[in-house]
Amino acid sequence: MDTQSAPSTLPNSFRSGPDNEGMFGIFGGRFVAETLMPNILELDDAYAAAKKDPEFLSELDSLNKHYTGRPSPLYFAERLTDHLGGAKVYFKRDELNHTGSHKINNCLGQILLARRMGKTRLIAETGAGQHGVASATVAARFGYPCVVYMGAKDVHRQSPNVFRMRLLGAEINSVTAGAGTLKDAMNEALRDWVTNVDDTYYLIGTAAGPHPYPELVRDFQSVIGRETREQMLEREGRLPDMLVASVGGGSNAIGLFHPFLDDDTVSIVGVEAGGKGLDGDEHCASLTAGRPGVLHGNRTYLLQDAEGQIEEGASISAGLDYPGIGPEHSWLKETGRVEYVPIMDTEALEAFQLLCRLEGIIPALEPSHALAEVMKRAPQMGKDQIIVMNLCGRGDKDVFTVGEALGVEL
Amino acid sequence: MTQRMSDCFARLKDENRPAFVTYFMGGDPDFDTSVKIMKGLPGAGADVIELGMPFSDPMADGPSIQAAGLRALNGGQNLDTSFAMVRAFRETDTSTPIVLMGYYNPIYQYGPERFLDDAKAAGVDGMIIVDLPPEMDEELCIPALARDLNFIRLATPTTDEKRLPKVLSNTSGFVYYVSINGITGAAAPEPDEVAKSVAHIKAKTDLPICVGFGVRSAEQAKMIGRAADGVVVGSAIVSTVAKSLVDGKASDSTVDDTLALVASIAQGVRSARS
Repeated sequence: MDTQSAPSTLPNSFRSGPDNEGMFGIFGGRFVAETLMPNILELDDAYAAAKKDPEFLSELDSLNKHYTGRPSPLYFAERLTDHLGGAKVYFKRDELNHTGSHKINNCLGQILLARRMGKTRLIAETGAGQHGVASATVAARFGYPCVVYMGAKDVHRQSPNVFRMRLLGAEINSVTAGAGTLKDAMNEALRDWVTNVDDTYYLIGTAAGPHPYPELVRDFQSVIGRETREQMLEREGRLPDMLVASVGGGSNAIGLFHPFLDDDTVSIVGVEAGGKGLDGDEHCASLTAGRPGVLHGNRTYLLQDAEGQIEEGASISAGLDYPGIGPEHSWLKETGRVEYVPIMDTEALEAFQLLCRLEGIIPALEPSHALAEVMKRAPQMGKDQIIVMNLCGRGDKDVFTVGEALGVEL
Repeated sequence: MTQRMSDCFARLKDENRPAFVTYFMGGDPDFDTSVKIMKGLPGAGADVIELGMPFSDPMADGPSIQAAGLRALNGGQNLDTSFAMVRAFRETDTSTPIVLMGYYNPIYQYGPERFLDDAKAAGVDGMIIVDLPPEMDEELCIPALARDLNFIRLATPTTDEKRLPKVLSNTSGFVYYVSINGITGAAAPEPDEVAKSVAHIKAKTDLPICVGFGVRSAEQAKMIGRAADGVVVGSAIVSTVAKSLVDGKASDSTVDDTLALVASIAQGVRSARS
């Protein structure tokens, strides 16, 4: 098997992956230590049964509705649209969810799986702290002890979220290995899991890791795209012309994109963190500037040196600060179905401020990257065209980082 | 099984003693020191050598081996220098089996076929790639077996009845039984539990069973060696290298201290059945 070449033919459907081995083309798979294999296979079985179980699905629907506040609104950003002077811009308002981001969608699905599997302890990794907060939240809601692994650098720059997690009863484990960001937190969470494999459920926050995580995280996040589709048909009587979402690991993006992948009139754009520019090493644009490799249980695009040692990402947004990307995104890039572009820190900061002033919404720095791309695209499109952007998180957690970047003493 | 590997275990069987399998990190803290350690291992009592290949993100390793990998990477270690170490070793020792141990991504970037060809040419006998379970055998295991290189698999306490046959299929050289659920260098294994597990695996395969993770002293090695065909020691060796360093660099005692530790644990292994 030649595993290094791109697929030569396009699939009939972009929505049928992964295969039974967890592969999206050459991407994905189960590259984990043997200790974890029985657990991963058990999770695969448990999820296969759960997604066919009406009781599981209705409990999840009910939590989404009454606990999270779904469906989230699809909001027409009128003043932004006027300002940009082109396509109509809609926001999928997942920042209005309980806990302030899309991360809760996945956490509710996975805590129900953990309970089904009889696990009694939760662990999670977090970058920006949004997934950590969502994990701590469901742990509290379902009465689970929870340990959150977080890079030391992120603990510092996301201190409001650290305090939130502690209030919710989670234990924060600050990881000083490496650069002290999301990659290092994930290594440490995997070490915990290998050690406590019998009772512990690893609640992965993004659509990456060994199979079946990329699939199940995508499925739990696809509620975003399903609602968007329905709401758009209701509001405009047609599908949007373009979807835009930020990608770090890629869970909010795959959640929005997946239900639209087979609609060929919908063009799809994923926005990576370009950091301080792709020429140097301070960015997180794995798809634009990386190449396929194997890390954290899956084959995917990675930032790495010539010898396969993983490099540290860098971004003003802690949530995008990861040198990999979910394997399905790697496949969507190689098949050409989704276009991936980088946005620099400075562009994201500008977009962040614009949205505060034009729409009265303080966005997280992650969707600010998507917004910066919308600001480039919308003016090039006709006024009869429609863009939907996933506004996947709110910016309260980022005000200190933004203040520092703008030279304001808080 | 390579000739060297089968000769080694056949000889140990005749001598009625378990193999002493020693892991050290290639290139830690520098190439020359590391070659000296490697060349001294058989004289200090090692029967099989595991040569660690450093990786930036060693997810199954504890702090000692993580730190050793970083020192080796900072010292310029890569797959080319790993092969150079094997070639240097083979100039004076053609009988001790050498097993490369590490993670898949550096191999994937090097090119799996090229990696196997270069390993074979350098005098390597087998490999343990932590993040390649049987489900991913197409990647490296099958091509390795086709070249008569051993692909040594890890079995763990989580490897149940149902999974064991899958783990044993395509395994060659020996089976590496990971005695605890956890990372390298963590809690000490319980000898009675280990003996039970080894007996269980032995019922399903003719391959030798070597036991590792958490074995740090001659006394522990002696206990584990009663039931196992081999005892693997890694973190204790790597920690001894670390302790001998001065300002992160090799000192006059680095090679001697490391080989002295190996010799002392070898005594435990050799007295396991006497």
